[in-house]
Amino acid sequence: MSMATLSSQHSPGLWTLAWRRLRVDRVAMLSLAVVLLFLLTLVLSATELIAADWEVEVGVNYAPPSFVGAQSASERGMTEAPATTAETPPENPYDPLKDVIRQLRAEMANSAAPSVTNDYGIPDPLEKELTEIRSNQSTTSVSLEKQETLPLGADKWGHDIIKKTIKGAETSIIVGLVSALLATVLGTLFGALSGYFGGWIDDCFNWFYSIFTSIPYLLLILAVAAVLQQKGVTTIILILGLTGWTGVFRLIRAEYMKHKEREYVLAADAIGASHWRKMFVHIFPNVSHVALVQMSILVVGFIKSEVILSFLGFGVPVGVVSWGSMLNEAQNELILGKWWQLTAATVAMAVLVTAFSLFTDALRDALDPKLK
Amino acid sequence: MTNKVEDNLLEVRDLRVQFRIDKANTFDAVKGISFDIPRNMTVALVGESGSGKSVSALAVMGLLPVENARVDPASGIVFDGRNLLALSAAERRKLCGKDMSMIFQEPMSSLNPVFTVGFQITEVLRLHMGMSAKQARTRVIELLEEVGLPDPASRIDYYPSQLSGGQQQRVMIAMAIACEPKLLIADEPTTALDVTIQKQIIDLIISLQQRRQMSVLFITHDLALVAEIADRVIVMRHGEIQEQGDAQQIFAHPSHPYTQALLHCRPSLDTRPQRLPVIDDMMQGDKKTDIVLPQRTRGYAVGEQPLLVVNKLSKSFFSRVGLFGKKEFKAVQNVSFTLPRGKTLGIVGESGSGKTTVGLTLLRLHTATGGQALFDGKDILAMSRQEFLAYKRRIQIVFQNPYASLNPRFTVGQILMEPMQIHQIGANDQERTALAFQWLHKVGLPEASFHRYPHEFSGGQRQRIAIARCLTLQPEVLVCDESVSALDVSVQAQVLNLLQDLQDEFGISYIFISHDLSVVKYMADQVMVMHQGEVVEMADSDELYRHPSHPYTQALLGAIPKGMHQPR
Repeated sequence: MSMATLSSQHSPGLWTLAWRRLRVDRVAMLSLAVVLLFLLTLVLSATELIAADWEVEVGVNYAPPSFVGAQSASERGMTEAPATTAETPPENPYDPLKDVIRQLRAEMANSAAPSVTNDYGIPDPLEKELTEIRSNQSTTSVSLEKQETLPLGADKWGHDIIKKTIKGAETSIIVGLVSALLATVLGTLFGALSGYFGGWIDDCFNWFYSIFTSIPYLLLILAVAAVLQQKGVTTIILILGLTGWTGVFRLIRAEYMKHKEREYVLAADAIGASHWRKMFVHIFPNVSHVALVQMSILVVGFIKSEVILSFLGFGVPVGVVSWGSMLNEAQNELILGKWWQLTAATVAMAVLVTAFSLFTDALRDALDPKLK
Repeated sequence: MTNKVEDNLLEVRDLRVQFRIDKANTFDAVKGISFDIPRNMTVALVGESGSGKSVSALAVMGLLPVENARVDPASGIVFDGRNLLALSAAERRKLCGKDMSMIFQEPMSSLNPVFTVGFQITEVLRLHMGMSAKQARTRVIELLEEVGLPDPASRIDYYPSQLSGGQQQRVMIAMAIACEPKLLIADEPTTALDVTIQKQIIDLIISLQQRRQMSVLFITHDLALVAEIADRVIVMRHGEIQEQGDAQQIFAHPSHPYTQALLHCRPSLDTRPQRLPVIDDMMQGDKKTDIVLPQRTRGYAVGEQPLLVVNKLSKSFFSRVGLFGKKEFKAVQNVSFTLPRGKTLGIVGESGSGKTTVGLTLLRLHTATGGQALFDGKDILAMSRQEFLAYKRRIQIVFQNPYASLNPRFTVGQILMEPMQIHQIGANDQERTALAFQWLHKVGLPEASFHRYPHEFSGGQRQRIAIARCLTLQPEVLVCDESVSALDVSVQAQVLNLLQDLQDEFGISYIFISHDLSVVKYMADQVMVMHQGEVVEMADSDELYRHPSHPYTQALLGAIPKGMHQPR
């Protein structure tokens, strides 16, 4: 029974039908919206439209979130640099320079100009140089007032947590996406070659697969990270991509082995299609949905892997912020009772991972070939 | 149709079944049918695919999928005086398997592959009859003996994969009759089996019906089979009953044009008209059927230059045994034949005879282990792959399964353009598109098909697309590997007519592979009979069917269901 419709000249393909099915699924649309929101922040952050100045220390150290309230001076305690006081410290009888100090104090008392004193209660001869150094070090102008509270708080150096989270999102998501893409491409290519040709090619790839999967994943990526001395986002992407292709490989290989025997491939052979044509023009469109769903799953997995790597200190270098580095810092902060950096990174990651996972499930359902 | 009410075992009144396709659409599979099955009688339910016959049987058994099938509550299914639709699920389950049982078309997928045959039958006995394990086992061996399974005492512990198709079907029958049902529903039980096995299974069902005094509802699309087995016939089409009545009556004087069409569309062993009548011809009611078409003569002419000469073709499959051993399975052994231009060679055999392997080996989809195939003087089996690429244009193949031989992700247009792109036919894509439209027209498909996907077409239409794909290369030899076996009778007739028209117009030679002897006799000039990889007999088709010399050929011809004498 042919259901030829006269309405459309072009009948809908797999992706159009899948999109139609996806559109009616409310959960899918919601999670897609969340994911797109994250991707939007990624784009804005990468193009430096927002959070470009995350390194500016706008807050006091460990400024709490606005909804908690400002810290009292005692809480800030030991981490503060000692404030300049107007009190003169008492004389130290054992100080070999005590005569010089007495003389300089007398001079200071006589001169009316107020000056900055150092720890010894005398004017600092290196005063000019010191202020210059200090203003170079800190990227704020000396006149900028450091805020007591920030919307989501500040970290140890006073960086705004919101900006750090956004920048961290950029790093983590880019790592997740690109390494997932790399792993999927590798896994699909290897799986296609292995499943289609069989024989010694299959044996070869299976050998590699066994090696990679027999080592516990975390140890594997740590080992590779330790060997590759260069730290950086590219390094992490390479590490994750080059070790994470195994799941995709196994699935795609099985699919290719199944499809290789199908009659439409035999028919393609009969009309003279080459091996490459059969593999990538004929069979690949029939397995692409599997690869897509796997890539989706891998994105989530690699975001988590990157966080673990950075948390353990093998991930992003010092100047780059990612959620993992935020969690790394949060480790020490938690002892002091500062919980806002941990919460911000965790919540952001949880929201993204949940949304992405839900979307992957919905995508898999929508692409289910059994429905057509 | 006059039965006393108490004589009817099953009464179906105004059965309507709907399927839900998606949120908005439903499909009426069965549109209000009424029939009776009297006690101790065989009723045949005949129809093509999509007619609703299987759905009706599943509705009676209560096996329709719950998620999307809906039996109209106004329908009436009364079995042995009880309204089945009014029963609860639990009560209905008690009836299934005990008073009513069913056997299905594909025994391999209907049996659970991880349990032994014996376990599956004892399950039925223990569930419904409450027997103990030991009692059930004894009973099972008796049952297997009754259905004719050789060596039942040891076969009882076999897994389904270790049995042949015919043996699996016997096991299914044993499972169905285990609890002495009053009604046995057989849904195309022999469609997947060879013709000799088919005969045995039919004989078995007939003898069981007589011995156990049960009613049988036999569902099939093969009218000749119906004539052998049924007392009553019900003809269905598109969810409605077209005609029902006594079998003798229906065959001698079919009143409905659809029944007449079904009876005429099958190629018969007696006549060979120029074209087979198709359902549409007959349903029009315009006296086309009264015109007696001239007979088509067949046979190889003397002194014809052969286009393809095959000498001692062999193909063996090797499997590993143990660590270093190799086991050889000889699929094709020393097959030789010739094929002149514009003629058809028919290859006949049962499953496992190697006929499909011959076709695939000629196309080099399998690598031959021995022999040569001289195409226009050159051995195509010995050439390199590059050299053979040029010959791929000249010899093509149409596969059996129309649902698997087209890439589901390609549109029809892409399917047709691809061979032309590979072989550089046509100067550019516009020319190729024009050619594709031409071929679509030639095979009888609308131009709008170009942009559609294969899943939107029926089996017969897909087979036409496959034929069009081959035609784009304008081959000289076309291997039809069971190309019409999966199609309904009327669609089969259309495709056969199409193939014949193409041969008349383009002079294509066919290698027509099939297990259906009537179809082969209609299409082929010369017939080659294969059995277990070897050629058993080869002769001109008329000669072969009139005077078969080899005992195997005689057995094959003897197993064809004769059917009633078909009216002219």
